[in-house]
Amino acid sequence: MLAFVIRRIMQSAAVMLAVALIAFLMFRFVGDPVNQMVGVDTPQEEVARLRQSLGLNDPTIVQFGRFMWNALHFDFGVSYQFRQPVTRLLAERAPATLELAFTAAAFALVVGLVMGVYCALRRDSWLAQLFQAISLIGVSLPTFLIGILLIYLFAVVLGWLPSNGRGQVVKFGDWWTTGFLTASGLRALVLPAITLGLFQMTLIMRLVRAEMLEVMRTDYIKFAKARGLRTRSIHFGHALKNTLIPVITIAGLQLGSIIAFAIITETVFNWPGMGLLFLKAVQNVDIPIMAAYLMLIGLLFVLINLLVDLTYGLVDPRLRIAMRS
Amino acid sequence: MTEPVISVRDLRVEFVTRKGILRAINGVSFDIMPGEVLGVVGESGAGKSVTGSAIIGLIEPPGRIAGGEIRLHGQRIDNLDPESLRRIRGRKIAMIFQDPLTSLNPLYRVGEQLVETILTHTDLSPSAARARAIDLLNEVGIPAPERRIDGYPHEFSGGMRQRVVIALALCAEPDFIVADEPTTALDVSVQAQIIALIRKLCRERGTAVMLVTHDMGVIAETADRVAVMYAGRVAEIGPVRDVVKHPLHPYAKGLMGAIPTLEAEAERLVQIPGSMPRLSNIPQGCAFNPRCDRVFDRCHVERPDPDIPRFGLEGEAPLMPGHRVACHLYTRKTVETAS
Repeated sequence: MLAFVIRRIMQSAAVMLAVALIAFLMFRFVGDPVNQMVGVDTPQEEVARLRQSLGLNDPTIVQFGRFMWNALHFDFGVSYQFRQPVTRLLAERAPATLELAFTAAAFALVVGLVMGVYCALRRDSWLAQLFQAISLIGVSLPTFLIGILLIYLFAVVLGWLPSNGRGQVVKFGDWWTTGFLTASGLRALVLPAITLGLFQMTLIMRLVRAEMLEVMRTDYIKFAKARGLRTRSIHFGHALKNTLIPVITIAGLQLGSIIAFAIITETVFNWPGMGLLFLKAVQNVDIPIMAAYLMLIGLLFVLINLLVDLTYGLVDPRLRIAMRS
Repeated sequence: MTEPVISVRDLRVEFVTRKGILRAINGVSFDIMPGEVLGVVGESGAGKSVTGSAIIGLIEPPGRIAGGEIRLHGQRIDNLDPESLRRIRGRKIAMIFQDPLTSLNPLYRVGEQLVETILTHTDLSPSAARARAIDLLNEVGIPAPERRIDGYPHEFSGGMRQRVVIALALCAEPDFIVADEPTTALDVSVQAQIIALIRKLCRERGTAVMLVTHDMGVIAETADRVAVMYAGRVAEIGPVRDVVKHPLHPYAKGLMGAIPTLEAEAERLVQIPGSMPRLSNIPQGCAFNPRCDRVFDRCHVERPDPDIPRFGLEGEAPLMPGHRVACHLYTRKTVETAS
């Protein structure tokens, strides 16, 4: 088991190295940052001095080495547009994005699971058919459109929920801010979380339904019925547990996507998170922020993958042996 | 006279499909006495497994029991509500499936599956249920059961898993077990052990068994009586020696003739020409008539029912009581007109 964990961590490190290389290459290929920072009438010596001070005149390999070394210390340089350390900019906005992403993921997982199980067990009922139809909409409608429709209905027409921002936040520790503790924070969370999680919810619902129908056809479920076990035990003990194995993989990977794709939802709801920061960085060719964001998302994906792989062992005893050897 | 454990009368099972109603079982009747093993043989699709599923009440839609009666100790069970049926399943009637590799839930320990089944059907405490689970594993011949009970199914070999499956079937000491091809997926050497185990349990506990298989060797070794099924009907039923050694129905004759023997010097294995008709396309009269070498007029018109053979037995060995055959050659005095 320990060897398995170490091997997986080594693999993760290799992936992160590749991501770092790509992030670094952005510095060299996405425009000239100096042009963005100086005015048209800045003297040439001033430009050259800035170029030197940013280390842009060193050999590529030295620059990459420096980039890696700094990245290991969570130092991604200074934002061109804000003139502030990138790490601090991201850290300030990370709580907003993470709270939104985890709320959306929890919503997607819980509702998707319940609806999926219902659709599998009562597949011919009208409610199951309705869920199926709704899920098609969820899969096919683009996120920004869902967000705009929700804002129109619940914020503009009904006026129940706020249409943008995070509401009132509470400072928690050194740099974490949370919207979970205030009523306005929670209200502000509802629409963006649904918007962000809807696609994943329908995906999980359809996956759970398909998997569970598959599991219900297996011999061990037939045998469980032949032994006269209680229906509830067959459905929620024997069938659901086997259904969950592929669901864990997908749900885990989707959590990464949720964080990465929060960009669109954050834009629609003007949510003060990392995605909004990233979009501004793209508009202003603020490469340190783009590079740091890329590294961060890469790290999240790698970590989530690692966690998913380790969870398998908890659910499926057959994989524990595979991990041991 | 003892009462049969299971009594099936004129059972019909249908599957509703887009192309129409398919009769998988069309008028099957038999009794099984306590401690008796009834072997059921026939080609794939003859209705063997469906009969077993019907008895245990696990015909899934679009299938349904369309007629007839199934009685357990004289009580009708084919028309019970799902909850009452569930209480009977596992407690009075158990089933063993073909493939032990897929019959056990891979995510639960063997002991958890045994204990859950025991607790479902008895009032034992969890610790008593565990002790009983260990006893059961011991009884079906699993070495070191107190250690193996905490193993997962994938840690057992195929033969050992089938023993676990049998132990699971025995949890509530059922009166009747449907064994649906219990040895088909196993090695020949392991097959013999499993058959011996079923035979032993049957003798010791007086459990009745319906043994579905297409292995005549297994039937000859294990069964007391045998029913030959063809296209959803019983073609011939009787004491096992009688039917295997002296089959009457042309299909049964073909089936027994198709068993290869070391002594026979035939260059080719005997085979029955043609194949079993599809359920959607069962011929009028006797379902076997297109393949039968002794077919005559009546076979195309009238469907024969299993009956005591009375005619056309010249040259046949003397019959044991209880031997019935569904063939006009023996049950109607029309054999003279056979062409």
